[in-house]
Amino acid sequence: MPSKRGQAHFVAELEDTPVAPLDRLDESQKARSTWADAWDSMRRRPMFWISSILILIIAVVAMFPTLFTQVDPTSCFLKFSNGLPEAGHPFGFNRQGCDVFSRTIHGTQASVTVGLLATALVTLIGVVIGSLAGYYGGWLDAFVSRIGDIFFAIPTVLGAIVLMSVLPAATPTSVAFVLSIFAWPQIARIMRGAVLSATNSDYVMASTALGVSKFRILLRHVIPNAIAPVIVIATVSLGTFIVAEATLSFLGVGLPTSVMSWGNDIGQAQTSLVTSPQVLLYPAAALSITVLAFLMLGDILRDALDPKARALR
Amino acid sequence: MLWYTGRRVLQMIPVFFGATFLIYFMVFSLPGDPIAALYGDRQPSAAVIEQVRAQYNLDKPFIVQYFLYITNFFQGDLGTTYSGRAVSDVMASAFPITFRLAMLALVFEAFAGVIVGLVAGLRKGKLFDASALVVSLLLISVPTFVLGFVFRLVFGVQLGWFRTTVSGDAPIGELIMPALVLASVSFAYIVRLTRASVADNLNADFVRTATAKGLSRRRVVTVHVLRNSLVPVVTFLGVDLGSLMVGAIVTEGIFNINGVGGTVFKAITLGESTTVVSFIAVMVVIFVLANLLVDLLYAALDPRIRYAK
Repeated sequence: MPSKRGQAHFVAELEDTPVAPLDRLDESQKARSTWADAWDSMRRRPMFWISSILILIIAVVAMFPTLFTQVDPTSCFLKFSNGLPEAGHPFGFNRQGCDVFSRTIHGTQASVTVGLLATALVTLIGVVIGSLAGYYGGWLDAFVSRIGDIFFAIPTVLGAIVLMSVLPAATPTSVAFVLSIFAWPQIARIMRGAVLSATNSDYVMASTALGVSKFRILLRHVIPNAIAPVIVIATVSLGTFIVAEATLSFLGVGLPTSVMSWGNDIGQAQTSLVTSPQVLLYPAAALSITVLAFLMLGDILRDALDPKARALR
Repeated sequence: MLWYTGRRVLQMIPVFFGATFLIYFMVFSLPGDPIAALYGDRQPSAAVIEQVRAQYNLDKPFIVQYFLYITNFFQGDLGTTYSGRAVSDVMASAFPITFRLAMLALVFEAFAGVIVGLVAGLRKGKLFDASALVVSLLLISVPTFVLGFVFRLVFGVQLGWFRTTVSGDAPIGELIMPALVLASVSFAYIVRLTRASVADNLNADFVRTATAKGLSRRRVVTVHVLRNSLVPVVTFLGVDLGSLMVGAIVTEGIFNINGVGGTVFKAITLGESTTVVSFIAVMVVIFVLANLLVDLLYAALDPRIRYAK
């Protein structure tokens, strides 16, 4: 049998080779993937369902705020200033006499947008850069890692304060961009490490031996097997991005006060904190519950995706 | 160890220049005229603009501007605030206060965090562990400034345990409450980190060996488990310095402390972006240096790091 190079050489019958048992494997039962295993362990935990349902509710509130309140958050009457809860206004009024419930509901969108967008950006940048650096190595890895070190040396919120204080009029999109500029190296580092260890595995060597192109191996085998730790960190960082946005808005370099967000409302509530603490309480509670939901989900994902943690339980 | 130290110091140099360059670039070459921002609504005459541009070296090429800035930076000239005080002066009077606050917070989060995390890790799955986990999650999900407001309202205004604004020279006693607020998030992270790492180490071979050779449980836990569990905590403390700095801006703003964070807070509120940049550049430098220190400490704690490469 002539090979590609045109030489004839001996090829053993399949039955005589060490791969014979592989060939006889029953393939009707599919191998269980990491994700199927993870799903099995997650769905047995009540915390998983609690956090998922919370996130679902928050997503619906963010997308359709008018389903939950008919009160216009921008129609404010000073005669209601710091008013206590009454019929139709369950959380009372803030200093400007705006309905706190309505503002909390409508503020969801800005916070969730920043969190989601920043997480998506950071994950995209981190996964692309981290996997290229880890997979191709060499000067690319050295160059990209040093660039990452530089951005990593600037704490995210500190860098964001500087950048936001020189940029004109912020929007949720620009806040998300600014946060992700300083936050991507963390994901890139994790991805790089995971790709490095995945590249040394047997299935990559097998694909290389089968003649699969290098880039195709990266896309089909390495990245899917290295992405798990990134997903865990991304879930947790969604929560921390929401806190970061609120901190920036509170400091006065985040979203302008014309944009309804939890951070702005909490910042404004401090002026009348002593007389009417309820104005602070509701947006703060909404923010904390949202962050908590993503933190819990991240914890559960970590437990489910990390075989070592699973063995310990 | 010496070789490792030298290599780390060398690696830090490009990071330092890169990070300061990045901050300088963000402020001085992005859209928006810094001179216009300096004067606000009343625009000065063309001659004044030229003079100010020359004063801030803005008439020179960008890379020259940066090197002039860096040279001044190393000579201790960090520019002036809008009220005319030298940034280095403000830094000198504000830094000791922030240092005291940060040290209080660091001591609290490290000690309390490790102790709670150790106990939780030893009793994994028990009531104490579960409640430590819940409390730490809650602390992480409440932003520092909300916690600061609540502490100020409940302990300061309603219970009257401490003064709501810290006096000028900030004695230790008045800093305790702000330090607790500042430490809260990091405390929660340290609890979780220590707990996970203690629970992990309890199953390690060296612990089984220590138990098998007849050491008391107390000795196994304090010497073998705890020491090995501290390695990730030490690394975390280095990275955590960054969040401590941001936390200091928020906390000192809320409690009216005249430290570095409080000054940055006021500068942000007043829109003094050059002051903000100078202070944050100094913070970034401290952060880079502290992380170098942590790296070296890490290598001293864990011999595997030193010999790995």
